[in-house]
Amino acid sequence: MVQDLGYLKETASQTAGPYVHIGLTPNFGGISGVFESDLGSAMVNDKTLGPRIAVTGRVIDGAGAPLKDALIEIWQADAAGLYNSPSETRGAADPNFTGWGRSPTSAEDGTFVFETIKPGRVPFKNGRLMAPHISFWIVARGINIGLHTRMYFPDEAAANAEDPLLQRIEHRHRAETLVAGGQSPNYVFDIHLQGEKETVFLDI
Amino acid sequence: MSETENRKRETGAFFQRDRDWHPPAFAPGYKTSVLRSPRKALLSLDNTISEITGPVFGHSMLGELDNDLIHNFATPGESAIGERIIVHGRVLDERGRPVAGALLEFWQANAGGRYRHKKESYLAPLDPNFGGCGRAITDENGYYGFRTIRPGAYPWPNGVNDWRPAHIHFSVFGHGFAQRLITQMYFEGDPMIWKCPIVGTIPDRRAIEQLIASLDWANTIPMDARAYKFDIVLRGRRSTFFENRLEGN
Repeated sequence: MVQDLGYLKETASQTAGPYVHIGLTPNFGGISGVFESDLGSAMVNDKTLGPRIAVTGRVIDGAGAPLKDALIEIWQADAAGLYNSPSETRGAADPNFTGWGRSPTSAEDGTFVFETIKPGRVPFKNGRLMAPHISFWIVARGINIGLHTRMYFPDEAAANAEDPLLQRIEHRHRAETLVAGGQSPNYVFDIHLQGEKETVFLDI
Repeated sequence: MSETENRKRETGAFFQRDRDWHPPAFAPGYKTSVLRSPRKALLSLDNTISEITGPVFGHSMLGELDNDLIHNFATPGESAIGERIIVHGRVLDERGRPVAGALLEFWQANAGGRYRHKKESYLAPLDPNFGGCGRAITDENGYYGFRTIRPGAYPWPNGVNDWRPAHIHFSVFGHGFAQRLITQMYFEGDPMIWKCPIVGTIPDRRAIEQLIASLDWANTIPMDARAYKFDIVLRGRRSTFFENRLEGN
């Protein structure tokens, strides 16, 4: 026998289900009067530093249909490349920027929308800068464990070419699934869950 | 955020997820997962600062009734119908350390198994005094608690005669975006748990048992509400003793 390491097991994930809006965006889901506003619906205010952008997109299933019951969260650095988190040790992030946002996909056409700013570059573990990116987390009915991915910018070709995560993608054409379409300030990021255009999802 | 400000900042990468413990993406017994599951392998990457960091929410965002689902949607003086319960527990990480300042959001059906949602068409009636959403933030020792009514089971169109066990959905933020978790809590002794295709997406019986809240007789309030205890474990962090700082020095 050897010593027991004593670690606990992580609580297992379960799907968010079709009624995720009740808990996470109740006002959007038609439950008003409990919370003043839906958490994560506003990332910026009029004092936020950095170039304003909008990111829209859809989450598309293996039959090509957009999910109308998904919930997306994003997490990103501020314009100076600092995260608004207690674990950020490099300096104080812009107090007028949350860095975190949440959007349901529309019941009509499945579109999600984030009004945010373009993030600055943040370092990889070896100090090299990663290309500007936004972290995405997707949950929905039929998704048993939240899917992590990243969105990169189409107008950052030089930075993208040296990004350590993009460089790790063995099949080069798949790296394109992480680069948004559209152009500044309106970017479009469609997420394909399955099939030919399947988005690269991350085990991070 | 005041509880966390005086503590040593946690900056380590998270323990790798045990994806044999979690449900797989593709689990055909749960039919919707068939077209909503990636078929290509996930790209593995040790955490960068983008995953180690995450939003933290202050207690100041909470309203007085945010953790009281019996009253937070009810007409003043009235309350939701159903079995009154307290659900409480701790949020810990895999190292057994309390996760302070963790935001939990929860949602559920009413006592008859009916959700307050426009896409829900189950014939059981809505309760005019029950909305079904709440939230809480853990204290410095990782404790949370809320008051609600025990949700009912409800049928869903998967198999011809599939019913969900009574459950409460939980969304949990730790301190890093890579800890983000959504799960479901079940109730001790419910025979429906072992018939459910969504529960059945989890391959390991011990992982299912970890989602079943225990009846907590010690904390049951006489003549008022029974208590259930539900602890949640988030990913632990590696110690940073032997790692270069993220800045690369």
